[in-house]
Amino acid sequence: MALTLDLNGKAVPVTAAGDTPLLWVLRDELGLTGTKYGCGIGQCGACTVLADGAPIRACSTPVSALQGVKLATIESLGGAHPLQQAWVKHDVPQCGYCQSGQIMSAVALLARTPKPADADIDAAMDGNICRCGTYQRIRAAIKDAAGLAAPAQGAAA
Amino acid sequence: MSVLARPASRRDLLVGATLAGGALLVGCSPAAIMGAGAPRTDYGAFGPYIRIAADGLVTVVNNHIEFGQGTHAGLAAIVAEELDADWSKIQVAQAPADTKAYGAGPAGIQGTGGSSAVRDAWVPLRKAGAGARAMFVEAAARRWGVPPAEITVRDGVVAHAGSGRQAGFGQLLADAAKVAPPTSPVLKDPARFTLVGADRVRRKDAQAKSDGSARFTQDVQLPGMLVAMVAHPPRFGAKVKSFDAAAARKVPGVVDVHQIPTGVAVTARNTWAARRGREALKVVWDETKAETRGTDTLAAEYRALAAGKAPPPEKAKWEAFEAKGTMPAAPGGEAFEATYDFPYLAHAAMEPMNCVAQVDGANTRLTFGSQVPSLDQLNTALIVGALPGAIEIESLFAGGSFGRRANLQSDYVAECVRIAKAAGKNVPVKLVWTREDDMTGGYYRPLTHHAVRITLDADGYPATWRHRIVTQSILAGSPMAGKGVDDTSVEGTKGSPYFKATPVVDAQALSPRVGVPVLWWRSVGATHTAFVMEHTIDQLAKRAGMDPVAYRRTLYRKAGAARHLAALDLAAEKAGWTSPAPEGWTRGVAVHESFGSVVAQVAEVRLADGEPRVGRVVTAIDCGTAIAPDLIAAQMEGGTCFGLSAALFGAVTLKDGHVEQSNFDAYRVLRISEAPTVETYIVPSAAAPSGVGEPGTPVIAPAVANALLTMSGKPTTALPFVRG
Repeated sequence: MALTLDLNGKAVPVTAAGDTPLLWVLRDELGLTGTKYGCGIGQCGACTVLADGAPIRACSTPVSALQGVKLATIESLGGAHPLQQAWVKHDVPQCGYCQSGQIMSAVALLARTPKPADADIDAAMDGNICRCGTYQRIRAAIKDAAGLAAPAQGAAA
Repeated sequence: MSVLARPASRRDLLVGATLAGGALLVGCSPAAIMGAGAPRTDYGAFGPYIRIAADGLVTVVNNHIEFGQGTHAGLAAIVAEELDADWSKIQVAQAPADTKAYGAGPAGIQGTGGSSAVRDAWVPLRKAGAGARAMFVEAAARRWGVPPAEITVRDGVVAHAGSGRQAGFGQLLADAAKVAPPTSPVLKDPARFTLVGADRVRRKDAQAKSDGSARFTQDVQLPGMLVAMVAHPPRFGAKVKSFDAAAARKVPGVVDVHQIPTGVAVTARNTWAARRGREALKVVWDETKAETRGTDTLAAEYRALAAGKAPPPEKAKWEAFEAKGTMPAAPGGEAFEATYDFPYLAHAAMEPMNCVAQVDGANTRLTFGSQVPSLDQLNTALIVGALPGAIEIESLFAGGSFGRRANLQSDYVAECVRIAKAAGKNVPVKLVWTREDDMTGGYYRPLTHHAVRITLDADGYPATWRHRIVTQSILAGSPMAGKGVDDTSVEGTKGSPYFKATPVVDAQALSPRVGVPVLWWRSVGATHTAFVMEHTIDQLAKRAGMDPVAYRRTLYRKAGAARHLAALDLAAEKAGWTSPAPEGWTRGVAVHESFGSVVAQVAEVRLADGEPRVGRVVTAIDCGTAIAPDLIAAQMEGGTCFGLSAALFGAVTLKDGHVEQSNFDAYRVLRISEAPTVETYIVPSAAAPSGVGEPGTPVIAPAVANALLTMSGKPTTALPFVRG
């Protein structure tokens, strides 16, 4: 039975079986490859997308469970979202593989908590692993996008 | 030390290449063999590193992989500086595999490792940029009829002040391309650098990596492409005995099942089907040659070896890597003894290993994040029967590597090529490793044991230093293996300034053969040697009743280690070492040289729920000429997190040969709430650039251990700090 996703503001029919995780429908069937595979068990956050504005792990959410849910992936942000601008300004990414998931978690955070304290950032972002260790810049970029004073960055002589 | 700094054994490569191509390549260098069979390529007027378009847009071709360390920006900045190009308009393209054009370093191999990209590029890319600049100046001088010496170039604009004429690179392109490239272009006086060393040298890939458009191996989609997953053996060294693929073949989307040397591969129309197909496979394994020891057993064997309580195993022996003076039979004075244990570590890059291959006999094309294209070409050539240079590789971004993608046997690449060969002529196959495949697949930082016995002189400084290291060799059995001690096992203990300051040194290493594959892991030998040397020094300082910074200063002066001293002084000053730490925090210091750079760190540490938490980390680095200060800071931040993650939590353990961790639930890694705030200070230097990607990793673990020593009085004798 064909399913339909409410994805990035469009109704998108999909042919995958209902037990297929959303991640593989996005990547293999729909060609939306910004959402990454990292662990498959909801531990690393590389596959984070928004479901009715809340962050979910696409790797472990079957597509059948998402009927009637508004889904948003990194592609929906358009590239110039305030968080994306802050990410570029602070040169957050290193290898970059986890950053789609990081940004989607941050979008959900700022929607809920427009002026997050450090503890809010810790709580919202702790499910997103970055093996390059860009955490300090992620924190700075979130604060910057939230209009909060971001700490100094870079090297000093 | 890295694959790139160590020329391959010519004989081994010769045999390989001969087998592959049926051609006899006599008297060739390893790089020449790896490049044999390459098609003729026209790189354009400005050589393989620089392309300039009709609109004046400059593209720098990066011969190194970009996996986070920032070569895209660093290498482009070197070219842009000498070319006097407009930095904001520079683009970067990834070089294809082409050993002859893009080989670098002492061995001339194309690849990335040993924090060598900027070091190796420094002179050749400056020359490439300066050469192209001279061609534009000459073209303008001829067109305008003015002396070349009166022409200036700035931000991509060629100008002659006297006549008020100016033109962009695009306008002069046709003429410049006809000028003969200078054989020895004049390089800028570094005092005139306007880009190198400036904060405006920023990443060129930040936008693509913030909007989901950056292309990784995982993202490759080709017409008719199959996705493959492989059932791997449960223990290292086991082989397929038999398998039943009936159920797997019934999974919708599964296309075929192939036995390959590393297991049983399932190909399917998509990733999920491949995964379901693999789950449905029934494989019986032949484990007669499998490694069945656990890490507890191995660690006990290593300890007994180092303590002299067990003879060296077959084919292993103690070998000296530093020796001076004569060790007294029974050294007098007070003795300090310590042992240290380090676990296997997984690289656990965010993007698990993967590769895309398309095989049509000798015409083989790979698309993936290739860290050492020259080796990946060679290892592929051996499988498909081609000359290495004929193997086409399009290299993509890689979602981290930390050494894992620089595999001497090209393990996951070879696996993909074998599947693609079996899948049929020209059928593209994307091999996908799950996180579990990646984490249980071996090629770990070696399990390692150190034992030290030091006697002290009347002033409390080392008089004799006996050092024993037991660890698997990374290079043994590979074409890169040399004679004697594998440097990657001992680097950092070998060459330590503390050895230079000690009159009698007896340092030996032994490398047992173990069936668990090992590999370089960001900063390689320094991952354990820095810890042992730096934590030992703090314990000696404590015993002598001296401040650990003052104690180190004396030793560095004795050793003539001026760069260590300068980095230490800068970090101590910026950290406020002589003033009390903030309430609730305890400071620890450590200093280590790796990949030509010296890093000193002062870390502020406290305990939270019994686990160490690291707050402020003041870092000083001497990396020679700093090309891109903000990227250097980023590498210090990231390297510190990588080292801290392993120090706090990292351990791959085996029980009866079975790896016990398969995903991030059991292999804990650092998260944002546990991440430190790293401040980076660069020691001013006019020396040639040295490494940045790795030297930030090994220093944090001993800095934390030294803070804990101050806090509790207890030394740390094994990593990770947090267990269970």
